[in-house]
Amino acid sequence: MNIADYKGVWVFAEQRDGILQKVSLELLGKGKEIAEKLGVELTAILLGSNVDKLAEELVAFGADKVLVANSHLLKHFTTDAYTKVIAQLVKERKPEVILVGASYLGRDLAPRLAARLVTGLTADCTGLDVDMTTRNLLQTRPAFGGNIMATIECPDHRPQMSTVRPGVFEKLARDNQAKGTIEEVKFELEESDIRTKVVEAVKSLKDIMDISEAKIIVSGGRGVGTKENFALLKELAEVLGGSVAASRAAVENGWVDKAFQVGQTGKTVRPNLYIACGISGAIQHLAGMQDSDYIIAINKDATAPIMGAADLGLAGDLNRIIPELIAQIKAIKA
Amino acid sequence: MNIVVCIKQVPDTNEVKIDPKTNTLIREGVPSIINPDDKSALEEALVLKDSIGAHITVISMGPPQAEKVLREALSMGADEAILITDRAFAGADTLATSNALAGAIRKLDYDIIFAGRQAIDGDTAQVGPEIAEHLDIPQVTYVEKVELMGNELKVRRALEDGYEVITVKTPVLLTAIKELNVPRYMNIKNIYTAFQKEVKIWTANDIDVDKALLGLAGSPTKVRKSATKEAKGLGELINKPAKEAAEYAAHKLKELHII
Amino acid sequence: MNYALTKEQEFVKQMVREFALNEVKPIAAEIDQTERFPMENVEKMARYNMMGIPFPVELGGAGGDNLSYVIAVEELSKVCGTTGVILSAHTSLCAGVVYSFGTPAQKEKYLIPLAKGEKLGAFGLTEPNAGTDAAGQQTTAHIEGDHYVINGSKIFITNGGVADTFIVFAMTDKTKGTRGISAFIVEKEFKGFSIGKLEDKLGIRASSTAELIFEDCIVPKENLIGQEGRGFGIAMKTLDGGRIGIAAQALGIAEGAFDEAIKYMSDRKQFNKPLSAFQGLQWMVAEMEVKIEAAKQLVYKAAWCKDQGLSYSVEAARAKLFASEVAMEVTTKAVQIFGGYGYTKDYPVERMMRDAKITEIYEGTSQVQKMVIAASVLK
Repeated sequence: MNIADYKGVWVFAEQRDGILQKVSLELLGKGKEIAEKLGVELTAILLGSNVDKLAEELVAFGADKVLVANSHLLKHFTTDAYTKVIAQLVKERKPEVILVGASYLGRDLAPRLAARLVTGLTADCTGLDVDMTTRNLLQTRPAFGGNIMATIECPDHRPQMSTVRPGVFEKLARDNQAKGTIEEVKFELEESDIRTKVVEAVKSLKDIMDISEAKIIVSGGRGVGTKENFALLKELAEVLGGSVAASRAAVENGWVDKAFQVGQTGKTVRPNLYIACGISGAIQHLAGMQDSDYIIAINKDATAPIMGAADLGLAGDLNRIIPELIAQIKAIKA
Repeated sequence: MNIVVCIKQVPDTNEVKIDPKTNTLIREGVPSIINPDDKSALEEALVLKDSIGAHITVISMGPPQAEKVLREALSMGADEAILITDRAFAGADTLATSNALAGAIRKLDYDIIFAGRQAIDGDTAQVGPEIAEHLDIPQVTYVEKVELMGNELKVRRALEDGYEVITVKTPVLLTAIKELNVPRYMNIKNIYTAFQKEVKIWTANDIDVDKALLGLAGSPTKVRKSATKEAKGLGELINKPAKEAAEYAAHKLKELHII
Repeated sequence: MNYALTKEQEFVKQMVREFALNEVKPIAAEIDQTERFPMENVEKMARYNMMGIPFPVELGGAGGDNLSYVIAVEELSKVCGTTGVILSAHTSLCAGVVYSFGTPAQKEKYLIPLAKGEKLGAFGLTEPNAGTDAAGQQTTAHIEGDHYVINGSKIFITNGGVADTFIVFAMTDKTKGTRGISAFIVEKEFKGFSIGKLEDKLGIRASSTAELIFEDCIVPKENLIGQEGRGFGIAMKTLDGGRIGIAAQALGIAEGAFDEAIKYMSDRKQFNKPLSAFQGLQWMVAEMEVKIEAAKQLVYKAAWCKDQGLSYSVEAARAKLFASEVAMEVTTKAVQIFGGYGYTKDYPVERMMRDAKITEIYEGTSQVQKMVIAASVLK
């Protein structure tokens, strides 16, 4: 492998049912930065069936070039088809970097591809940079359950591959005047190459009934005031993709079912994010949630015990703060 | 039916704490466990064994003490256990690891290979698919349901917003997520028979793979540096009007990649 | 002297610990509050071959040893004293009797289902007028052709209200004193057998503690254990083994309370410091820790002696006497460490304190244990 032969930054443009996944656009944003540092072209790789319109979108979001592989065999993702086609393109055109969104499909495709290309892959990168002396990609990622941040390099193999979680990088603003080349590529792919068959695809909302499994929890206590007011917390939970829980006071007031009670006589939870709304923070409640990764407390009383346990305490009226928070989060997610 | 299950011994990262004085990980006293996704993989194999009868071989690549998780797997009901261990594997990244495991699996009969989706220490989810590639067999990842229909499997694989049902012929590699099942405990009777069984120990010489593809030398990725994340400091208290407080909080959530 | 557990015993400990935390602990407070017998725990334990740990595989058991069984009772009792005694009474006082004294036919018919956990066992010795004075049996059994007819009653029988198989003691010859007592296997379906009062107790409230009533109860003569007149010896020998189980229960209760107290001491702050920073409490912790460790050594040694085929009567008495006293002391101190909170049902230590008391009483009161120990020394 002659490293010098490999030039160019590629981004795998994941589409599902003809819709470009947001993470791919975010990677174009970061990819542009890396391509500029390296002085090379940014190319998006698009596989699918009749997806030309998407190619234009990719240009508008920063791609200098889009390689489109068009086939009814590529309409729906399969490991075998996508790996075969992309591996062929890589062998022909030799990119130095490939970025893949760490979606469920991306994490299926990327390692298969990396093994086929006999190269290095770094998963779930939260940071990407270039070492200008070596032109190597510096890939930063969490390990050990998030307790360690490691910086990984792939010095002697190409392409350098990384997967990146959605929401880590920002997409560029859409530029309808942007210019780019769209090339439809030739490739070899037969039906017999594909060993799995998708017989059904179902969209369903994942209902987490057991709060001890939830990664994000919005919890309410006496300060919420009424059963109806829990709707506010439910909205916040929904916009975050999390679950609602409650302190014992809220449960005993009949505002929430006991299954959602957190605390000494309820459940113990350790989510990534615990937002305690109108909860004073009695020791019985803390026992059930103090090991959460990040705790936000919203309470009128800045001296409530919960504020001492929280990473971020917001002193104020939850009825005002929560709607603002919902609006802010929606804006960021858009 | 022959089933191979790949398992890994990992520290229970839930119990790992950071020493605030030295900013290093406190690893002593952290129990070693079977990686949770791998346990679900093993459980699914055991469910198949219970319903149609199957011979289950569990395999692990690790230091000598990884024998413990193999015995645990035997105590849960697996039939045979193999530990591949060798200095030559040291420093292996996921590609080199997958090469070693594939090299060992090449010597076994298998209809289905089960692996966990990802380990809680590495968190890469790469080894399973890489093994499938080396063995040139199809893969289905994020498996949350498995049904056997003759020599074909009907598998439900999870997506972020739903799922897909996929049919595939054996041999195939499946990676399991926790949602697949609730793993059983070790069985007291099996504990006693487990220790009467031999855990086979294989070295780099016993497996079918080019040595250049193993260990540090066979690892394309290298760790340039690693740092422990900051221990939790004191919390911040914001006493501002609702809009500003919310802005600050939302910004914090973005920083933490929660949104 | 090798103090280490075997690898198998370590695994048993790990398994039961996990099982106890995930399956038993979540319902422990509720079953105590509602006095509900946790049949689901029994069913799960049966599935994992926990109901016959020290019995051979051919007889339905797990093929383990007594120390493994003791460790299982200990781990269960750390989170639920009730579940610990359910297992102990079933294994030592019922299945154990058939194993040690039964004929091959009796083992086939009764031990296998008991060891597999398909049936639950109980031991009926105590009567309204025969507690510590166990020899004062008034329940009678007289032979009539191919069966015995039993009349009388038993009280305070652990697992009594839910068990399938009972070891019942009755006088077959009133003129012979203790040598007139015989042991029988009684099935709950036998004609003339019924369950009477269920006790409303201070602790182990989910344990089914029942009165057994025998009114011309028909028991086939094949269900006599050993020979007529051997019953008292069988009972005493059985209680020796049962004592080790109870000692394990007491040890587990003490350890459970201790673990809760330690955790609380790092969470709870007063005077701007965690409780663990106060020397008075640190000393209390040290005292508790040493006593628990001493109890553990006595319990494990008694089990070890039994496994080695050595005599274990005194060892069992020592273990039960000491471990039960340690349980009372440690649980009471644990409640003290929790202060006001510990006195409420929000925290489990008040239940552990209530559970501990019975270990000083049943299967031979502490006073009986002292009689045994003194007799062995002063013979």
